[in-house]
Amino acid sequence: MKIKVWVNGKLVQDDIAPDMTLFNYLRDKGYKSVKCGCDTSNCGLCTVWVEEKAVLSCSVLAMRVDGKHVTTLEGLQDEAEAFGMMLASEGAEQCGYCSPGLIMNVLRMKRELKNPTDEEIKAYLSGNLCRCTGYMGQLRAIKKYMSQNGEA
Amino acid sequence: MKTVHQPIIKLDAKALVTGKPVYTEDLAPSDCLVVKLLRSPHAYAKILEIKKDIALKVPGIECILTYEDVPQQRFTMAGQSYPEPSPYDRLILDKYVRYVGDPVAIVAGENEKAVDRALKLIKVQYEILEPVLDFEQAIDHPSCIHPEEDYHVNFDIGNEVKRNICCKEGFEVGDINKAFSESDVVLERTYHTKANNQAMMETFKTYTYLDYNGRLNIVTATQIPFHVRRILARALDMPKSKVRVIKPRIGGGFGAKQTVVSEPYPALVTLKTGKPARLFFTRTETFMASTSRHEMKITVKIGADKEGHIKGIEMYTLSNTGAYGEHGPTTVGLSGHKTMSLYNKAEALKFSCDVVYSNTMSAGAFRGYGATQGTFALESAMNELAVELNMDPIALRKLNMLEVGESIKAYYGEILQSCGLLECLETGKKMIEWDKKYPSYRVDDHKVRGVGMAMTMQGSGISNIDIASSQIRLNDDGFYTLLIGAADMGTGCDTILAQMAAECLECDLDKIVVNGVDTDQSPYDTGSYASSTTYVTGMSVIKACEELKEKMLKEAALQLGIAQEALIFEGHQISNEEGTVTISLDTLAQNAVVGEHDCLIAQASHSSPVSPPPFMVGFAEVEVDTETGHTEMIDYVGVVDCGTVINTSLARIQAEGGIAQGIGMALYEDITYTAEGKMRNNTFMQHNIPTRLDVGNISVAFESTYEPTGPFGAKSIGEVVINTPCPAIAHAIYNATGVRVRELPITPEKIILGGE
Repeated sequence: MKIKVWVNGKLVQDDIAPDMTLFNYLRDKGYKSVKCGCDTSNCGLCTVWVEEKAVLSCSVLAMRVDGKHVTTLEGLQDEAEAFGMMLASEGAEQCGYCSPGLIMNVLRMKRELKNPTDEEIKAYLSGNLCRCTGYMGQLRAIKKYMSQNGEA
Repeated sequence: MKTVHQPIIKLDAKALVTGKPVYTEDLAPSDCLVVKLLRSPHAYAKILEIKKDIALKVPGIECILTYEDVPQQRFTMAGQSYPEPSPYDRLILDKYVRYVGDPVAIVAGENEKAVDRALKLIKVQYEILEPVLDFEQAIDHPSCIHPEEDYHVNFDIGNEVKRNICCKEGFEVGDINKAFSESDVVLERTYHTKANNQAMMETFKTYTYLDYNGRLNIVTATQIPFHVRRILARALDMPKSKVRVIKPRIGGGFGAKQTVVSEPYPALVTLKTGKPARLFFTRTETFMASTSRHEMKITVKIGADKEGHIKGIEMYTLSNTGAYGEHGPTTVGLSGHKTMSLYNKAEALKFSCDVVYSNTMSAGAFRGYGATQGTFALESAMNELAVELNMDPIALRKLNMLEVGESIKAYYGEILQSCGLLECLETGKKMIEWDKKYPSYRVDDHKVRGVGMAMTMQGSGISNIDIASSQIRLNDDGFYTLLIGAADMGTGCDTILAQMAAECLECDLDKIVVNGVDTDQSPYDTGSYASSTTYVTGMSVIKACEELKEKMLKEAALQLGIAQEALIFEGHQISNEEGTVTISLDTLAQNAVVGEHDCLIAQASHSSPVSPPPFMVGFAEVEVDTETGHTEMIDYVGVVDCGTVINTSLARIQAEGGIAQGIGMALYEDITYTAEGKMRNNTFMQHNIPTRLDVGNISVAFESTYEPTGPFGAKSIGEVVINTPCPAIAHAIYNATGVRVRELPITPEKIILGGE
């Protein structure tokens, strides 16, 4: 079936299989930042934005983004680097495999929550698994980033 | 120090956080054949017939391979130095399937849909055999799991395969019976640790292709590129010279990738078809068809006098290696060697074990590698002994723990040269506010908080076996290329080793270029496991840098016409003592590659006769709801002695991450099987690794010591950090509730049922 979608601001028209997931669609189009860590919508690695809302791309059919705007980490490179290097200053990107999904959600949280508590941050990001860091270094970096002023 | 002992950002950080395509799956060519595996639905069966004719008719199917298509040379998938202690008990595909998930057929096709369809159309006829599902019933069970005639062990490991015994070993120092008879208190307890999954975020991924020389290229997420080359050459019955292994960036390993897992299948497809092929494991496959931590039942007997002096410790470990023997003979010993050694003052120590086969998924390497299981047992027993003796558990440790200068009896007589255990105990005790909180305090009418503690040691590499080599080259513009064979799996070893090189060569880190491993290019390294990278590979980097410095001075002497003894290496340049004559490294390097000169390349190997133990003390504070048994982590304090900390932020993350994994093992993670032998917990829905809501607050401190045999005084950190949470949390729960749970994970049900 035919879809029309804006990926990172660029209009794309495609003919796709009706059972194709948004995850597979984006990977096939070369948006390799989008990762998959589970088969059960548990890990958060495949997080992207659809119309400025964080979604798990493994659990959305590609046809459902017809006419919509999709954002991946490739479309947020400056912000990804700004927060990402704070993460790296703590050593908390580690293997990096969960970083894109986490960063997509952190950048969303920055837009949605003002001065969140630690508990609010943890709750917002509870769907983003990480096996390397134990989450503490991530939290240190996130708190630094969230307390920064300026345009999100 | 300028670069060492600093919080240096990882060299690959920017690529990782901006989502660049750097992992195996990102790099695989789009024209790879899609490879998937048909897996056994039975725990134990013999394949009678495989009908693949209908499946082969699916458009786009390239080949379907079965046990009739594979080389008949048994091998082990364990990533260990040759000759491997693990038995050669596998074929790529076998006529027998030994656990639910064991591969039956390899299907390769142009696209996923075709392969999925073909998988459903293969008809297999099995003769179902009685499986061995309870590892305590494995020895002399009517079913023999490895009846094959060509089963092979490389050397004596106490193997009795017809009795389902993979390995049997033991040791005794001193007279254990005498020690117990002279004790005032003798305590005997049995502890049970479960199989857990490493659960790194990147599953197993491999792609393969033939290059222009007709050689098999294997790009794979592995911790052991050189072992993969050797193992695959044997499994595929081809010369090692025809195999090349490339390791790109890896999304975590924790030991899972110290075993060959996904590599043989696409490799066989590429050899059969000549086409590139790729196999990416799903999470479900990663759970049910790789390797887990060895499940162990450990009986501990400790004897002590009234004052708390430990007279003797005896441990017996029964370990479940599952369907295959990967890492079976090598993990089990650590449950004794790396636990009893803490109490080296005891007069007698005895250890014995059986490692048994069963029809569950093969166990393998997982951070801690047997020491984690043993630490839960012995440290829990120590905490029980403290109660028997009416002693503070910290005081009991202080009275008995090993000290610098001691020859460690249960650790090959190694002399301990660095030990910060006492400092770790004191610092951790303050951080957790032990004196204020021990043993427990009430929060409200049904919530109680308790504190608990444990200590541990690990090793730094495998003494006399691990070997690492490094090469370093000076290039024009005065930058260096550092070639290593150690596999960075996300821990940052490329960065840590570059830090050491920069420190030696007195330059900025950006002057050091490091790359991933390619067995055609990189110098040999046994691989990134056994906590060896910083300690063993680090020393080889230092040696290579020192040699390069010598060569640069010699070459500068030649180019400047000044005696080498009169020259000084200053990092960016070489000068004479007066500073009147200088040559930049850029000029030195440029001159050295024109005409008759010595190109400035140095290399060195390192192997260590000792494996100095890093130490850690862990303190847990938990809150238990006495009505529901629900346990919440409040605080975890870990204080680590890893010698000199090379990278302060990366070491902290290692410790925090290891503690979080330990919390998962203590409270949540448990691989269980149905009565038919099917794994229940094969997704993140059922195998719950901790989320950020589950770990409480983790605080880490370092008590640095100086290990004379290590690079800049460093010891290892990678594994020691996972060991303390299980016993410390069990202890904290006991202190809060009075309930001893001796079987992991410590679930609310077990607490409410009083530990039964």
